[in-house]
Amino acid sequence: MAPVTLGKAINMGLRKAMEDDPKVLLMGEDIGRLGGVFRVTDGLQKDFGEDRVIDTPLAESGILGTAVGLAMRGYRPVCEIQFDGFIFPAYNQIVTQVAKIHARSRGRMPMRIVVRVPFGGGIGAVEHHSESPEAYFSHTPGLKVVACSNPVDAYWMIQQAIRQDDPVLFFEPKRRYWEKADLDTTVEPEPLFESRLVRPGHDCTVLAYGPMVKTALQAAAAVEGEGRSLEVVDLRTLSPLDLGPVFESVRRTGRCVVVHEAPTNLGLGSEIAARITEECFYSLEAPVLRVGGYDTPYPPSKMEEDYLPDLDRILDAVDRSFTF
Amino acid sequence: MSAGDIGVSPGDSSFAEAGPELIQLLTPEGERVEHPDYAIDLSPEELRAIYRDLALVRRVDVEATALQRQGELGIWASLLGQEGAQVGAGWALEDQDMAFPTYREHGVAWCRKVDPLDVISLFRGCDNGSWDPLATKFNLYTVVIGVQCLHAVGYGMGIQRDGSDSAVLAFLGDGATSQGDVNESFVWASVFAAPVVFFCQNNQYAISEPIEKQSRIPLFQRARGFGFPGVRVDGNDVLAVLAVTRKALEAARTGQGPTFIEAYTYRMGAHTTSDDPSRYRLASEMEAWKLKDPIERVRAYLIRSGQADAAFFESIEAESDELAARIRKGTTEMPDPDPSSMFANVYAEQTPYLREQAEQFAAYRASFVASGDGAPLVGSEA
Repeated sequence: MAPVTLGKAINMGLRKAMEDDPKVLLMGEDIGRLGGVFRVTDGLQKDFGEDRVIDTPLAESGILGTAVGLAMRGYRPVCEIQFDGFIFPAYNQIVTQVAKIHARSRGRMPMRIVVRVPFGGGIGAVEHHSESPEAYFSHTPGLKVVACSNPVDAYWMIQQAIRQDDPVLFFEPKRRYWEKADLDTTVEPEPLFESRLVRPGHDCTVLAYGPMVKTALQAAAAVEGEGRSLEVVDLRTLSPLDLGPVFESVRRTGRCVVVHEAPTNLGLGSEIAARITEECFYSLEAPVLRVGGYDTPYPPSKMEEDYLPDLDRILDAVDRSFTF
Repeated sequence: MSAGDIGVSPGDSSFAEAGPELIQLLTPEGERVEHPDYAIDLSPEELRAIYRDLALVRRVDVEATALQRQGELGIWASLLGQEGAQVGAGWALEDQDMAFPTYREHGVAWCRKVDPLDVISLFRGCDNGSWDPLATKFNLYTVVIGVQCLHAVGYGMGIQRDGSDSAVLAFLGDGATSQGDVNESFVWASVFAAPVVFFCQNNQYAISEPIEKQSRIPLFQRARGFGFPGVRVDGNDVLAVLAVTRKALEAARTGQGPTFIEAYTYRMGAHTTSDDPSRYRLASEMEAWKLKDPIERVRAYLIRSGQADAAFFESIEAESDELAARIRKGTTEMPDPDPSSMFANVYAEQTPYLREQAEQFAAYRASFVASGDGAPLVGSEA
């Protein structure tokens, strides 16, 4: 069992999905001959041909719009959006069409479409290459939204997403593409739409997804020696949220901090805080606190370390939680 | 830069009027004319069947407009004046072909054997269209302008991968040609040589905006820039539309890639029942187009050539009355949807949270009955 990177794990997952189902197609800009700007689709066009790994014209709405037609014809297109900030030309197709056609057709036309989106910052990129647009899609009925945080999940979750009969936005933590883990491809883990407790603790529950899971775990490790025990949950699924395990955790710890890179205002953290308040009101020792990006455009990269939540900002929020 | 610098001006006849490129097989006076590239040979039975479709489709439209005026429909998008373009296009489709309409293709729906009541249910607010888009090979109406052109191309790419010999007919209007998605669909169709025919009904207006607000060149000429042929056909000439569309679909089925058809026509009615065309166009323009009516010319031709007699036209009139009565009855008796059905089919696999909401909604509604207040206002006759 050799260690694989997160990017390679998605590549392996895509390959497996294409082997398992001839209706699975990949579409996107530079995904064929080049193998994608992050090389996530490396080698797949060579092995599956240009009809199944499609280098598309440079137009994101075109990618999603034609994916809709392919899905109507019974295919399972997996669309790559090259960078988070480039998804907006396709926003109309995703929100007005992909999300609604199953309901519009009263179930006759399932939209079996996966949209892969490398998201988040921390790679020193220029504008529009570091954003976290997951809340827009989580707000839209008809779409499902997941985010992987590690190579093992990446391998399985992409395959599970492709097997869904609903459209899935699949967010990939781009700064973690090169993180490695041992991957056992013989044991399928839990279902796609479940959150997972990744580190038990008893003082405060920390919720994270995508790139922030590693940061949250680092925060938990950092305070372990100081006698403070953080419980970390990897949300994994953003729409639907799987908050049962979160409620159970918060009822034990009485405290909760939600972490994401996306701007804090009306981010996923806001909905999660509201739901925890509704469900765990009498167990809470402190309000649910949010740690997120600031409500600014994603800043030029020399400032991104100040913008992004890091270990210290998470621990600062945990400390504040204990002042109530 | 003036318009003249690029070779066209608003007064240019090829721009503001149909122009010499217009393909015609039946003149407004009902005279059969030949065209070097497009021939058509229809039996008297077929011609009468076409007339029947034209007449019945218009009757559906008149009845639906009346039903809206009487408060039975929320809105109606009239096809008045565009029957020739739509029935011609509908007749060109083979069973295995797929059509992607906008929200005005009631005439194509008719040709695809979609019951008019299944269209009317959308405009009454009961659903988003009741017909089965896969069984009828007629996609559901698409309201966001132009998005369906990309769906059509994607569907065509699926046909290519299936090795099938069917084609796709994508409908759009003159206003839609300004949309990014439509232009992207032209790029895609061209690059992948997709088996798609773009059928643009240029009815001269996008709600209030005349074609000059969308384009500085005739629309059909745009196709060449994307790398496929564009043709302009008299959209009020059902025979020419049928011949041109049939040929384009056959080219698509045989791997020759896309064609753009500009069906030059006129929206005789309002954009929808909510619109008031008197604010933006002259009555004289309407009068001029009335002389080019798509149905009258077929009637004149059938009579002049002795292919139909008075009894035929009377029988169509009678059938038309029956159809109108059936539509009226079917509309006024159409049951309101069960409000809880809004939760159905949001997902193929419903989420636990949505299930909870649906249960809460059901309990909320039931609470009115339990407390003796009767049904809540939502969904009731009140």
